[in-house]
Amino acid sequence: MHELSLAAAVVDEVSPLVGTDVVRSVTLRIGELAAVVPEALEFAFAVAAEGTALADAELLIDTVEGRARCDGCGREGPTGMPPVLWCEVCARPLVLLSGRELEIVRLVTDPAPGPAPAAPAASDKEHSPTRR
Amino acid sequence: MCRSVDLHRAVLARNDDNATALRRYLDRHGTTAVNLMSSPGSGKTELLEVLLTRAREQGARVAAVTADLATENDARRLARSRAPVQQILTDGLCHLEAGMLQARLEPWLPEGTRLLFVENVGNLVCPASYDLGETLRIVLVSVTEGEDKPLKYPAAFGLAQAVVVTKTDLAEAVGFDRSGFRAGLRQVNPHVPVFETSARTGAGVDDLLAHVMACADGRAPHTPVLARQHAHHLHHHPAATSTTPVPGTPP
Repeated sequence: MHELSLAAAVVDEVSPLVGTDVVRSVTLRIGELAAVVPEALEFAFAVAAEGTALADAELLIDTVEGRARCDGCGREGPTGMPPVLWCEVCARPLVLLSGRELEIVRLVTDPAPGPAPAAPAASDKEHSPTRR
Repeated sequence: MCRSVDLHRAVLARNDDNATALRRYLDRHGTTAVNLMSSPGSGKTELLEVLLTRAREQGARVAAVTADLATENDARRLARSRAPVQQILTDGLCHLEAGMLQARLEPWLPEGTRLLFVENVGNLVCPASYDLGETLRIVLVSVTEGEDKPLKYPAAFGLAQAVVVTKTDLAEAVGFDRSGFRAGLRQVNPHVPVFETSARTGAGVDDLLAHVMACADGRAPHTPVLARQHAHHLHHHPAATSTTPVPGTPP
């Protein structure tokens, strides 16, 4: 269940970039050969994002097909899963074109709600409603 | 008004940075790290004990770190080789990360260690995603696990720089389909070196040790097909992120 580590890594990478903004969505590109289960990652993300600027963010996952080419016969196509990385025709290894991606590619953010209208001078500072 | 920002940032950028730092640290100390990965029960610890013992008999300075979710049993077993050994307890985590390894190594790694074996947590899925600054990544599989493991765990086997078949003394008893195994492995990792071993009889252990020792002076001789795309597309792109406007900063 390394998806929890991956989700925590997404939160750690994104948090310093957003300042006080609220993250609406995070888009990841995940290759089908990257050994990541999207459902497990979505579940883990909800846990990892709790209490952070990403708490209400939607996790969007663009899945990237594994593709490979044979430099011998020029054939190019999907690797399938489990991947075929060996050309039976030419008896040589293929060249992997895509499928190992594990990237954060897009953030959509909203500015933090502005400061509340100047509150009447509160004499009791201990009960100030403004939280930072 | 919402803002959309395009990034190209590896999810594992921090681990990759830690792995790069660890690789430099190991280089400075003349140490080559070997990352051992397999299912639980494949015989990693037993084989490693034999490897450490033989390496010491040949005069090589070796050490080992072993990672488990719980118990220090493996460190105790490996210590019988009389090589320096450290146990990392991952506190429930299913894999080692570069930062965890670095934190343990820096105060401990004995001066002059030539080869450092890192016995990863027993798991063929999660550890495959984490670079530990190793020079050689070895995936082990026992004959009792079935010949289709490379197809079931293509990331682990596809990224291996060497594959070790263990417990070959049991191959006949369990009807291990050697050619089926080799065909599946070739499909996901063409030309990966394969070593067939038995820690019990000692078969194949010297060949494996010679291969590992040969990697101590430089790079692993095999670059897997899967790792090559990994190198081009997965790594950190600092140029892309440094020019990205950062939301939330005042205009």
